[in-house]
Amino acid sequence: MTETTKLKNIASQVRRDIIRQTHAVSSGHPGGSLGCTDFLTAMYFHIMDHNPDFKMEGKNEDVFFLSNGHISPVFYSVLARSGYFPIEELATFRKLNSRLQGHPATHEKLPGIRVASGSLGQGISVALGTALSKRLYKDDKFVYVLTGDGELQEGQVWEAIMFAAHHKVTNMIAIVDWNGQQIDGPNDEVMSLGDLPGKWESFGWNVLTMDGHNFEDIISTMQTAKEKSVEGKPVVVLMKTDMGKGVDFMEGTHAWHGKAPNDEQKEIALAQLEETLGDY
Amino acid sequence: MIQEITFTEKKATRDGFGEGLLEAGKRNPEVVALCADLIGSLKMQHFIKEFPDRFFQVGIAEANMMGIAAGLAIGGKIPFTGTFANFSTGRVYDQIRQSIAYSHKNVKICASHAGLTLGEDGATHQILEDLGMMKMLPGMTVINPCDYNQTKAATIAIANHKGPVYLRFGRPSWPVFMPADQEFEIGKAITLAKGNDISIFATGHMVWQSVEAAKILDKEGISVELINIHTIKPLDEQAVLSSVAKTKCALTAEEHQVNGGLGESIASLLSRNNPAPVEIVAVNDSFGESGKPDQLLDKYGLGVADIVAAARRALARK
Repeated sequence: MTETTKLKNIASQVRRDIIRQTHAVSSGHPGGSLGCTDFLTAMYFHIMDHNPDFKMEGKNEDVFFLSNGHISPVFYSVLARSGYFPIEELATFRKLNSRLQGHPATHEKLPGIRVASGSLGQGISVALGTALSKRLYKDDKFVYVLTGDGELQEGQVWEAIMFAAHHKVTNMIAIVDWNGQQIDGPNDEVMSLGDLPGKWESFGWNVLTMDGHNFEDIISTMQTAKEKSVEGKPVVVLMKTDMGKGVDFMEGTHAWHGKAPNDEQKEIALAQLEETLGDY
Repeated sequence: MIQEITFTEKKATRDGFGEGLLEAGKRNPEVVALCADLIGSLKMQHFIKEFPDRFFQVGIAEANMMGIAAGLAIGGKIPFTGTFANFSTGRVYDQIRQSIAYSHKNVKICASHAGLTLGEDGATHQILEDLGMMKMLPGMTVINPCDYNQTKAATIAIANHKGPVYLRFGRPSWPVFMPADQEFEIGKAITLAKGNDISIFATGHMVWQSVEAAKILDKEGISVELINIHTIKPLDEQAVLSSVAKTKCALTAEEHQVNGGLGESIASLLSRNNPAPVEIVAVNDSFGESGKPDQLLDKYGLGVADIVAAARRALARK
């Protein structure tokens, strides 16, 4: 089996996990989760050097932060499927007494989560701090942070972007889920992001773009991002994705941002997603 | 004895922070510091000179500073953030709540220029709500030391405490009356004078105001038990309850709003355990204004005479 086929198989199962998690509690955010499934699958099953025997400090391993915490279903699925906690625990998503909170949290000590996220715009700042700690410890592993595109409307994000360039934080790579959608509609209608690559460039960053649904492109672009870091500028990857990717009636619309499938919709969705690794 | 408490010099509590940060940095290599363009005001230059690689200037971007601090703590560092109290709390409350308090990060939020004694800069900067905001956050330790020596000792002590801490201090030169070599124990109130008629619980700059008030009351034959509550949370409940069990009335003094402050914490504790008259000397639901520290304390009801008058009211209610 080729590496790409392996990743495609995992991604299909992760998408099933997303549909089943959100359906079971009639809540959660399937749209963005499906859109970031290929990226997170590539990160946790190919790109990152990480240890599922979880240590908060993450020394001598790559560290990932999810700033747009509402796409927790995909995060929980890749963490469980890569061995951070039992896959069966996905059945507790958003339920009382669960470690799988609606938005990721450290409070219940779920392995794989290093900071709470959900209130948007904070993740790049936190990732910068951990990148600085790695620099102080002379740890040459990378810190990755995924943010939404609508999230870039938060002012704190631009504080962090300015800081990263000024302090030449090159051991952190930011990835933007550039799906063009947010809760109230397309970015361009809610609050235009304008020339997004130009904005990052003018703040002193190296800007890469990639297709977030093409594993070859994800792997090669993330490798380029690491290599680019020697140029002394922080690197951002603007990742084109389709919200709801993999489930035809959820694709390309903000309608499924924060809405769970009902019984019938779940069955239609699952029929489009092969069960490759076994449902929980 | 209360009359024996004197001071030899005046120094700012923020200077105590600056010296304490340097000392904490020397004792523990994991201590790092961040500042949002207020190095001189926070007296952080001593630490920066000694440990330039362990300091991060973040510019005027406090929200980012709190996030970076959380990230440094994740990596294993002990970050101390420095800016004014207003920008350390109200401006960044959500960042502290989610990335630091809820995520239980080992961040030390160090806040200068708190309260009315900031002086001439006026109400935009004179935060009087910070203790309330911070004490409401689950797991947050809240400390408001009273003088230079105690602030230095507290700064050193919080580096050894695992968990988020809010350390509040101020701008003006203020009497130095606590011992220089004290061990600072978080959550342990300090009895400055024993007495039988009334318990005065004071915090921050108001401890010295209360010393002066207690001297006046003592001369009138009123025996004051004066307790320095440097840790607002966790409150030393045993110290409060055992003192009031003896004196049967209490007075609190703080440079903060009545709402959400130390007085509320103590009134709540007493009402649940041992109801007794409580008088609260604090700012009464008002913003401050420009002026000199002493003028402001007098105008907003935090003067020595206000404490004396409140003590008489508490005694009359017994």
